[in-house]
Amino acid sequence: MKVPLTIDGQMVQIDSGAPIIDAAKKAGAVIPTLCYHEALKPYGSCRLCMVEIIINKQRRLVTACNFPVEGGMEVFTDTAKLRHIRKMIIELLLARCPDVSSLRAMAKQMGIKSSRFKKQDSTECILCGLCVRFCEEVVGVSAIGLVNRGIDREVATPFKVASDVCIGCGSCTYICPTGCIEMVPDKKIPQMRIMKMGQHSLNPCINEFQCETCIVEKEFFEDMRLVIAEFRNS
Amino acid sequence: MKQIKTVSDLEDLRKSILKQRDPEKITIRMCLSTGCRAKKSIKVISALEDELNNQGLQEKVEIKRTGCHGFCEMGPIMVIEPANIFYRQVTPEDIADIVFETILKGNIVKRLLWKDAGTKEYTKTEQDLPLYKKQKKHISYNSGKIDPTDIEDYIAADGYLALCKALNAMTPAKIVETVFASGLRGRGGGGFSTGLKWRICSAAPSDIKYIIANGDEGDPGAFMDRSLMEGDPHRIIEGMIIAAFAIGAGRGFLYVREEYPIAIEHLSIAIQKAEEYGLLGNNIMGTGFDFNIAINKGAGAFVCGEETALIISIEGKSGTPRSRPPYPAFEGLWGKPTIINNVETLGNIPQIILKGADWYSNIGTVGSKGTKIFSLVGKVRNTGLVEVEMGTTLREIIFDIGGGIRKDKRFKAVQTGGPSGGCIPISKIDMPVDYDSLREAGAIMGSGGMIVMDETSCMVDIARYFLNFLLFESCGKCVPCREGLKQMHYILTNICEGNGEKGDIEALTELGHFMISTSLCGLGATAANPVLSTLRYFHDEYLVHIYEKKCPAGVCKNLFEYMIDETLCNGCTLCRIRCPEKAISGEKKKPHRIDTAKCIKCGICYNSCKRQAVIVI
Ligand SMILES: Cc1cc2nc3c(=O)[nH]c(=O)nc-3n(C[C@H](O)[C@H](O)[C@H](O)COP(=O)(O)O)c2cc1C
Ligand code: SF4
Ligand code: SF4
Ligand code: SF4
Ligand code: SF4
Ligand code: SF4
Ligand code: FES
Ligand code: FES
Repeated sequence: MKVPLTIDGQMVQIDSGAPIIDAAKKAGAVIPTLCYHEALKPYGSCRLCMVEIIINKQRRLVTACNFPVEGGMEVFTDTAKLRHIRKMIIELLLARCPDVSSLRAMAKQMGIKSSRFKKQDSTECILCGLCVRFCEEVVGVSAIGLVNRGIDREVATPFKVASDVCIGCGSCTYICPTGCIEMVPDKKIPQMRIMKMGQHSLNPCINEFQCETCIVEKEFFEDMRLVIAEFRNS
Repeated sequence: MKQIKTVSDLEDLRKSILKQRDPEKITIRMCLSTGCRAKKSIKVISALEDELNNQGLQEKVEIKRTGCHGFCEMGPIMVIEPANIFYRQVTPEDIADIVFETILKGNIVKRLLWKDAGTKEYTKTEQDLPLYKKQKKHISYNSGKIDPTDIEDYIAADGYLALCKALNAMTPAKIVETVFASGLRGRGGGGFSTGLKWRICSAAPSDIKYIIANGDEGDPGAFMDRSLMEGDPHRIIEGMIIAAFAIGAGRGFLYVREEYPIAIEHLSIAIQKAEEYGLLGNNIMGTGFDFNIAINKGAGAFVCGEETALIISIEGKSGTPRSRPPYPAFEGLWGKPTIINNVETLGNIPQIILKGADWYSNIGTVGSKGTKIFSLVGKVRNTGLVEVEMGTTLREIIFDIGGGIRKDKRFKAVQTGGPSGGCIPISKIDMPVDYDSLREAGAIMGSGGMIVMDETSCMVDIARYFLNFLLFESCGKCVPCREGLKQMHYILTNICEGNGEKGDIEALTELGHFMISTSLCGLGATAANPVLSTLRYFHDEYLVHIYEKKCPAGVCKNLFEYMIDETLCNGCTLCRIRCPEKAISGEKKKPHRIDTAKCIKCGICYNSCKRQAVIVI
């Protein structure tokens, strides 16, 4: 059932229960995201996609990537409050990963020169979980996972030993917005690659992964799906 | 053993149990819950049994192994009925005296009575203890009175009558509306209307529904849920069965943390007994209603108590919260509509059904009905579990029930709601304790933890302490909570170490509000409470730390010195003798001095001086 709602004042019709981000796309509104990907189930961890909504006369802050639309909902994607929240998130992530170029670019776009917060030991993983979810939901092998909690949380293979289920497809490397998973040639088997988690910074996307409709990315995943389907059938 | 099939079966059973009991028989109620067991109450009981056997009294005296009495600090606890004599800190060596004096001759063994540290008066009976006097025990009524492993004890205390009424005289819809009308709100922290939650879940279209009792209790220092599960497990189970009938659930899960082996044992026995009596399982009481309960052992992470994380962990995956909606009442365990309630919430259900919504909604305040169990700890004279009517003031709880502050120090603040609660200052001491007042004051009800602090607590250090806990207990999934906590903790540590600077307070405030509005789950959304509430009420203390580099409470080691006030010191030499660093010098009967270069600020002199001559500057 389609329901009407407004995105920044613009009326759109969309299936009831669809995430707000889909409606926003329809209306041409751009909502920044870091942990969202069309091919994956929403995760809601980066909080960058927050929007303000009004339903039943109540104003609320919700994440656009997973909050379901309702008829009559009013959505605001670019308010002062939201700009403040997005700045905070980027500043916090920049303190965590000072050397990640995609974050630096986002910060620049938002007018952040440097993070006020204490810089941490350099890591390049923002814990968006894209790699883990892609490996589980699309590739279907769950070679990597998010382990530990709190400040010790990290992406790792089980027990941090070389994974024996990883098929070396490279999806995790590709989808990672910060380039912190590396693919290296397998020395033992020529033409094969192995996945390595390290500090290497890859940056294959010219738009630094900021545009969700990135054609290259989409095609890559379409191809990837076919390859994986074939791989499974063989 | 006969299965209970009808109301009259249960009534007959109850009457026959009561008939067999002699109210005049000497009964010794001995606490065997975690607190007292840690203080060797099992040894006391075996010594008691031996002694009674030796004296040939085993037939005349009954020993009842009970759950927690709520006064664990004074354990092992023993109460002798029918005279209601209350003995505390009983050891096996005391047994001979108890049997010889009290059991045989009816005399009191004075050294075992509870003595008020302030008035130095002794209290003879349990009912006269100040800790109990102002309490209103509805939920914890049975705990400490009945043997939790004996279903007949529970039945004798009107147990399962509510279930009987619900199944035979009420429709599911009527039960939901009764719970709604009672005004009961969730005791697990959120304070959501229980009736509303049930209403939503019963309206959700699905043949399969589940009910989960949340007994995870991750707050450090809190133990009300544990005591309830250990001391009165059938109450929770009865509440669960009624809830299941009301929403149409066929299976229930009791989620209890692994560190609670006695609770797990007692709940398991209770489930098994309820099944034997036909009160649980298939065709309950001959009504055709089927409901089964399984126990799940939690792995112990604080965040696993959060409802979506708990559901995921029952599904066998690692417990990380997920976004809501969908709410569990629509899509919960294995995607099915699920009610998740705290164990104390469920423990309220039987009395609401039995005595009615009107009776219940007359207890408490406008927005918060019923009673609530708190664990009162910290610098109060009497610590323990206290159940009070909603709306009881903090002053009544801390000063009347808790007996005031230890060592006649001054009250400074009370921290309510567990690690992500807030600190409430003296100016709010007459505040009624209910969900809304607490929230307004910047604290939360949480699961009912209450930590009392005196003038020796530094509020900046307290905020840092709780943040440190949360830092490691956050699941680390979302940015505001994980990164925000890290940065807040970093700033607070700086302040405590004397490196605070201009802008710190603003940064803390900004981060705090940011975390509240953007975190994924309740942990992150409340994690800033300790900081924001102390900033609100103890702003000056932050300022003094940052700009004057002083810690007035004498906690942050870089920010104070100990000094001896020469006008107060009488030269008793105590501090000099005790100082591990030999930093104190002085002659007998002459004022002493501290060499600050040698002093490591261990606080021994400060705590030893009887004349309060050691001061913090
Ligand atoms: C971090 C966190 C920890 C929680 N821990 C518990 C807990 O230990 N026990 C509990 O009953 N509820 C806990 N809750 C609340 C539950 O999510 C849930 O709201 C509650 O079990 C619902 O029951 P109620 O409505 O009866 O309170 C916690 C919530 C959060 C955010
Ligand atoms: S390379 Fe390995 S870890 Fe990465 S997505 Fe493919 S299978 Fe998963
Ligand atoms: S490795 Fe990359 S994709 Fe994976 S969680 Fe970290 S930042 Fe995200
Ligand atoms: S708020 Fe904290 S505990 Fe909750 S999901 Fe986010 S990181 Fe995890
Ligand atoms: S203990 Fe107190 S009174 Fe005694 S010498 Fe030390 S400071 Fe003086
Ligand atoms: S604080 Fe400890 S080290 Fe310092 S003077 Fe007192 S007893 Fe000695
Ligand atoms: S994109 Fe929605 S939370 Fe990350
Ligand atoms: S454990 Fe014995 S009184 Fe609480």
